Amino acid sequence: MSFWEYLGNRHQQLLTDAYQHASAVFQCMVVATLIGVVIGVVTYRSEWAGSLATTATSTILTIPSLAMIGLLIPIVGLGVPPTVIALTLYGLLPIVRNSIVGLRGVDPSLVDAAKGIGMSRPARLLRVELPLAWPPILTGIRVSTQMLMGIAAIAAYASGPGLGNEIFRGIGSLGSKNALNQVLAGTLGIIVLALLFDAAYVLLGRLTIPRGIRV
Amino acid sequence: MSEPAGTATSGASIELENLTKRYPGSADPAVESVNMEIKAGELVVFVGPSGCGKSTTLKMINRLIEPTGGRIRIGGEDVTDIDPVKLRRKVGYAIQSSGLFPHMTVAQNIALVPRMIGWSKSRIRNRVEEMLDLVGLDAGEFQGRYPRQLSGGQQQRVGVARALAADPPVLLMDEPFGAVDPITRDHLQDELIRLQHELHKTIVFVTHDFDEAIKLGDRIAVLRERSHIAQFDTPEAILTNPADDFVSGFVGAGAALKRLNLTRVRDVEITDYPTVTVDDPLQDIFNKLRDSGTNEILLLDKRGRPYKWLRRGDMMRAKGSLARAGTLVSDTVTRDATLRDALEAVLTDNAGRVAVTGRRGEYTGVVDMETLMNSVHELLEADRLEAMEGRHELEEARALQTHAEQEGAGGEEKA
Repeated sequence: MSFWEYLGNRHQQLLTDAYQHASAVFQCMVVATLIGVVIGVVTYRSEWAGSLATTATSTILTIPSLAMIGLLIPIVGLGVPPTVIALTLYGLLPIVRNSIVGLRGVDPSLVDAAKGIGMSRPARLLRVELPLAWPPILTGIRVSTQMLMGIAAIAAYASGPGLGNEIFRGIGSLGSKNALNQVLAGTLGIIVLALLFDAAYVLLGRLTIPRGIRV
Repeated sequence: MSEPAGTATSGASIELENLTKRYPGSADPAVESVNMEIKAGELVVFVGPSGCGKSTTLKMINRLIEPTGGRIRIGGEDVTDIDPVKLRRKVGYAIQSSGLFPHMTVAQNIALVPRMIGWSKSRIRNRVEEMLDLVGLDAGEFQGRYPRQLSGGQQQRVGVARALAADPPVLLMDEPFGAVDPITRDHLQDELIRLQHELHKTIVFVTHDFDEAIKLGDRIAVLRERSHIAQFDTPEAILTNPADDFVSGFVGAGAALKRLNLTRVRDVEITDYPTVTVDDPLQDIFNKLRDSGTNEILLLDKRGRPYKWLRRGDMMRAKGSLARAGTLVSDTVTRDATLRDALEAVLTDNAGRVAVTGRRGEYTGVVDMETLMNSVHELLEADRLEAMEGRHELEEARALQTHAEQEGAGGEEKA
């Protein structure tokens, strides 16, 4: 069976896997973004808390993904939970780091001006600091998403959802006539998804970055 | 400017009492025990060398820097312990390089404070237009723009508009014109003077430029290290009668020329000049030229602004065409310009006179060399008399003091 025939035969299964892959990455990204930005907001004003947050999240990233999922299985079981937890943890570093860098990069004289005209601390954060830090934060989200796309494939090891199943099935049956097709379909599927997400982020940037600070 | 209905507040007094700022870990306080009374509607300039604490003192008034000791009273109300956010909404604040938020349009920037204190949308919209008009920017053209689409001077104007949007009685300005080029700075200073004439806010203005202080201040506080007040007086008094060597060192050379900065064109006699407008029939222009005592008249454009100087014979040479006749008016001064600016303009003009214009650029009169010389002469004479009186008083006070000391010393000897 050629690769194209394989795609034709299995498109139903492949689309389901791709949808689940995308959905898992998207949901984990939403959670990671919320947690990451909150960590950034809480820590950026203190030198040591900021470094602590960056170091902690980058330590998480050094754990091999297979090992992380392997470690999570005895605690939370198989399937979706270990996938979601692992992906969210891996997604944190770029977002936390870019939030801290972005928030620290806001011109201090603007923060001073915001205070001076009588904006409260929450108002300053929501109306001045976060909007100005948004472009670097969005870049962090983009980097995170690309990374999670690849890592999510490992989730199949814990019987998680996604295109990783295709790859693992292929690797498991190496030598059989469809093995290569399966690995290829899974990998290319992930690449296509990653490109689609990236395009979506470009659009999101266009829509959410105010015209006054767009470069 | 039409006054905003029901919102027009003029200034409130500011009293600083033993105001002190001590940073932890440093032996000397940054600001030590400042006592000062600023009257309502007054423009007071803090001037002093870098690091003298003038900016710190200013920021303690709206408590961007919390004082470690002393009281602040605005309009009689003690604001030392009230919620700083509430305090700052009643105190306008303009800083160097404008502090406009780059992700908001000009209109959104100006609307910030009115929105926070809950004005209605339509009232805010009107106010934004009114404020832009007040600082001399066209509302239709500018309100949708982002700060980076404005020049430095325009940004600074918007910064002032934002500071004044909610009509606060007090305006604090921290070296607001420090980052713009000299020509723009000059314009902005003139604008501020005009604005203050309309609004009568209480303004505290920080600068390290003594010339700026003289130009703007009703009173100037010359500060030395730790914000000690070396002298707090009118510009005239500081120029003619500096309190000590520190102040005279700060005043610098050329006090007589600087004195010209203190008087404005509107304070001297403006001569009325024969004028015609471009819409007048040619015959009228000819008649005016012939009948006027001077040998030239001023031609105004359709909106009443000075356009060309017409001399006798110009019309003949140009064969009766107004478009070709006469010399274009190259320079004008406003009624708020200083005598120094006027002198400059008169000196560079080839016929030794300059047209004076009103707010919208319309003609109001002419100043020439003779008028200037006469007024300068009178000014210096008056100053000299005043300084002499001051010296007499000082000597009398000293004599009394010496007398008292001698008495005291005598008393001790007796005991």
